Amino acid sequence: MTIKVRYDVVVIGSGPGGLAAAIAAKKNGAQDVLIIERDIEPGGILLQCIHNGFGVEVFKQDLPGPSYAQRFINEAFQVGVEFLLDTMVLNITRDHRIAATSKRHGFFTIQAKAVVLAMGCRERTRAQVRLPGTRPSGVFTAGTAQRWVNVEGYMPGKNFVILGSGDIGMIMARRLTFEGAKVERVLEVMPYLSGLTRNYVQCLMDFDIELQLKHTVKNIIGKNRVEAIEAVAVDDRWNYIPGTEEIIPCDTLLLSVGLIPENELSRQAGVLIDPVTAGPFVDDGFQTNIPGIYSAGNVVHVYDLVDWVTEAGLIAGRSAARLVQKGPQLNSKTIPVKAGENVRYVVPHNLNPDHLAEDDIRIQMRVRQPIEAPVWVEVRIGGNLLHRKAEPYARPGEMVTIPLKPAHLDEVKAASELTVAIVKR
Amino acid sequence: MAKLSENVICVTCPKGCTLIVTRDGETVIDVENGCKRGKDYAQQELIDPRRMVASSVRLKGGLHPLLPVYTSVPFPKPRIPELLALLRKIEISTPVTLDQIVLENVLDTGINIHASREMKVVTG
Amino acid sequence: MKNYDIIIIGGGVIGCMTARALSRFDLKVLLIEQESDIGMGASSANSAIIHAGHDPMPGSLKAEMNRIANPMWDQISTELGISFRRCGAYIVAIGEDEFGCLTALKERSDSNGVTSEIISAEEMRRREPLVNPAVSGALFTPTAGMVDPFAACVASIENAIQNGVEVLTETAFTGFIMEGKTITGIHTNQGDFACRWVVNAAGTYSDEVMHAAETCQDFKITPRRGEYYLLDKAEIEMNNILFPVPSAVSKGILVLGSTHGNVLVGPNSQSTEDKENKSVTSEGLAEIWQGAQKLVPSISPRSVIAMFAGLRATGNAACLTPGVNYNNDFVIERSVEVNGLINLAGIESPGLTAAPAIAQRVIELLQDSGETLIDKQNWNPIRPARPHFNHMNREEQADLVAKDPRYGRIVCRCEMITEGEIIAEIHAPLPARTYDAIKRRTWLGTGRCLGSFDMPRVVDILAHELNLPATAISKKGAGSEFLQRQTKEVEA
Repeated sequence: MTIKVRYDVVVIGSGPGGLAAAIAAKKNGAQDVLIIERDIEPGGILLQCIHNGFGVEVFKQDLPGPSYAQRFINEAFQVGVEFLLDTMVLNITRDHRIAATSKRHGFFTIQAKAVVLAMGCRERTRAQVRLPGTRPSGVFTAGTAQRWVNVEGYMPGKNFVILGSGDIGMIMARRLTFEGAKVERVLEVMPYLSGLTRNYVQCLMDFDIELQLKHTVKNIIGKNRVEAIEAVAVDDRWNYIPGTEEIIPCDTLLLSVGLIPENELSRQAGVLIDPVTAGPFVDDGFQTNIPGIYSAGNVVHVYDLVDWVTEAGLIAGRSAARLVQKGPQLNSKTIPVKAGENVRYVVPHNLNPDHLAEDDIRIQMRVRQPIEAPVWVEVRIGGNLLHRKAEPYARPGEMVTIPLKPAHLDEVKAASELTVAIVKR
Repeated sequence: MAKLSENVICVTCPKGCTLIVTRDGETVIDVENGCKRGKDYAQQELIDPRRMVASSVRLKGGLHPLLPVYTSVPFPKPRIPELLALLRKIEISTPVTLDQIVLENVLDTGINIHASREMKVVTG
Repeated sequence: MKNYDIIIIGGGVIGCMTARALSRFDLKVLLIEQESDIGMGASSANSAIIHAGHDPMPGSLKAEMNRIANPMWDQISTELGISFRRCGAYIVAIGEDEFGCLTALKERSDSNGVTSEIISAEEMRRREPLVNPAVSGALFTPTAGMVDPFAACVASIENAIQNGVEVLTETAFTGFIMEGKTITGIHTNQGDFACRWVVNAAGTYSDEVMHAAETCQDFKITPRRGEYYLLDKAEIEMNNILFPVPSAVSKGILVLGSTHGNVLVGPNSQSTEDKENKSVTSEGLAEIWQGAQKLVPSISPRSVIAMFAGLRATGNAACLTPGVNYNNDFVIERSVEVNGLINLAGIESPGLTAAPAIAQRVIELLQDSGETLIDKQNWNPIRPARPHFNHMNREEQADLVAKDPRYGRIVCRCEMITEGEIIAEIHAPLPARTYDAIKRRTWLGTGRCLGSFDMPRVVDILAHELNLPATAISKKGAGSEFLQRQTKEVEA
């Protein structure tokens, strides 16, 4: 394809957030919509997530990752989204100029009316959790192992210990077992599971893989290749409990110790980053602090379901298309949304009440600690309750959502800020 | 036979509710804490547990050496190892379309194995 | 049996620089390295500083070599095409108690012939705004500098190879071949080699090489492990080298902005009997953090993106200068017990700095023993640097990609390392055949994601370029392969 000099909307990344954003931008009237993807094919990390469990909300179906992606890839092509694959964006400026490079097209710059950041997230590494020991081969993030096993077609070891009970870690425990490897143990430093309970059942319990909560890796042993890890129990402050050490022989340690939104490009462009989410501060249309730069999906905060990523992408794409057609909405008042009791963070960070006239606005949040009791999710203005919703429990691994309705418009308009909180019923 | 109460964690949706199931032998008498789908799941799980299975088969002539595949409906849990062993022996060739049937009525279960994505022919 | 004039044991910075120094003469030189790549020991795990020379014991060989070598680095770095920044270094006094120490340090610096000046707390805060506000003053040594130590190894060995030196990796010395008291060759795990001279540059194993010739039985290396932490560029930026006021055994835990742009903190100092124990420890982390935050309080362990440990080859050689009471000096000598052995042992800090002077001293030792060294007619001291995409401006990048499209494909997204750079290293004079070899040469996989994105891609490129199965590709040589089998290969 020929690269145009100008595009209405350029989306960085072709994972579920980027695909949805591009499709929505196109469907909502943007003309030239381009996705730039660094991999050789569109789809993002979903392509290596060959397990099922995707699409329960969006399609009411239980799909594997590649199937979920394929549906959006097909739709993107159908509606006329253009793709530049195997291409890396080098930087983005405040005024939407994008420099990129690829083997096929060389080095080029393009100008966009609106940009959607959809770079997704990356995995936390050994250094970020500061695991002591030697530095042999055989310490991988779960996602790297997943790419090898599911896409490239190689097994990175025989006997695994997995640190972290995140979803990717547990899902990899099952995948590796399926392909003939032995998963010796899953260790989790927290006193609770960090992924979804159903993954604990289907991925660990089904295969008698032992999960040890409040345990971590004290030492990695081995010169050339991992030979063993030393596991240890920890107290509530994550201090090792002496005498609980156990040497577990293994040749591979997989890390599933959390995901961080990937915002290096955003930072360079001047996008302000929330230190709690590690993603941009956004409004309800997923616009960042820089007019015309939007962000969608895991680049904003790490979701637990791809369906929510898609939804976020659709909103960001629609907002970008609206900007392209109507220009920036000047002087529109935005209202900050603050995290109240038990809430670690809230997205969006602020909202434009005018948007509430047209549609629901979803407020999403995570709790700090598990609350294993019935709770109210509350939206308050000052000390007064605006709206609340009941949930049977609240866990850090599962995002909590509460919609604001057009019915709330007048009250929200008059507010100086909103607070969301999660309290026991 | 005495009535038996046990906890079953529902895997139908991401909520992962803990269902309290009371049964008399093979007959489920009561399920607490579950929605309609949860109650069905509990019944199924105690009598004939099934799981969606996603894996891969070898692929010739594609961008990658593997094709991801999945079962159209949940597959009998005790027979999963048999299914996996079979999938390890299969090799298929491009082109492959999304949801194309890779194996029909696998192991006489009436369940089909589908391609999880399309794979075009890659030359060179 | 292949025959050489000189065999160098050890491909650290000392061995590599010595190989380069010898490559200018009409000699047949072989360097052997037991690991899969050169520079895998202390040479790639150190503070990356070209020391001014204020610190070593006055009168010691360490002080002398440091003083001679420091000015050589401008020319060497230019010839070898490696980055070197003569930025100066600060020994920072925190609190009024430490301020008094600066005078003594200045005197030591003076007696080592090293330029230094005491600057005020205010001036220190002006030059490095991140410094602890409780700073009371600092000793500034303007001749100190910063270099990429691994680049120094690889560039010097490449230049040596260009000029005819041979290099064998994964080749371990196992013993000498002697005729009476004269060395005539060596045994290795890859066979025997004849030679007239052996240069012992075996780092932490240099004592064992000495003992294999039945010499220097009292000399012993007791490695001191030093742990380091590298911080995310996005989290903290600093351009200076900050030392604390030193202790008796080490220059202390320092904080510096490396040539790659990352802040480096460390090292601690732990004696170990194990010459392979390069582990990082939670105790070490705690110690380093305490030390680093003393100099720069805003540093946070949360911004760590990589950690590593190096082993200093600490020896027990007494300083030969009369009247100087010092027992951890360098050994740079022609053996008097056997013929044909030159020992470069106990080379710990400031070994990196001293390397070019030590290499020069090897030439003098050979000449002193009657060896006639004839200059090669066509010796070329210039080692051309290869392109680094990320260090270029946009126009240069565009030009490079236009010339070779492989430089247009980014493989490591954090450090922006291209396929072109990786392939160039695989086919360099000393081929990079492992992941770590490519990592140390290009700085790939050293960013925030620590290679989790690029690793499968680099394994694939290595397999393709070397025409090997992916399962044969390793992190750092035999036994460290990444992949065990194909996913669908049925296990026996």
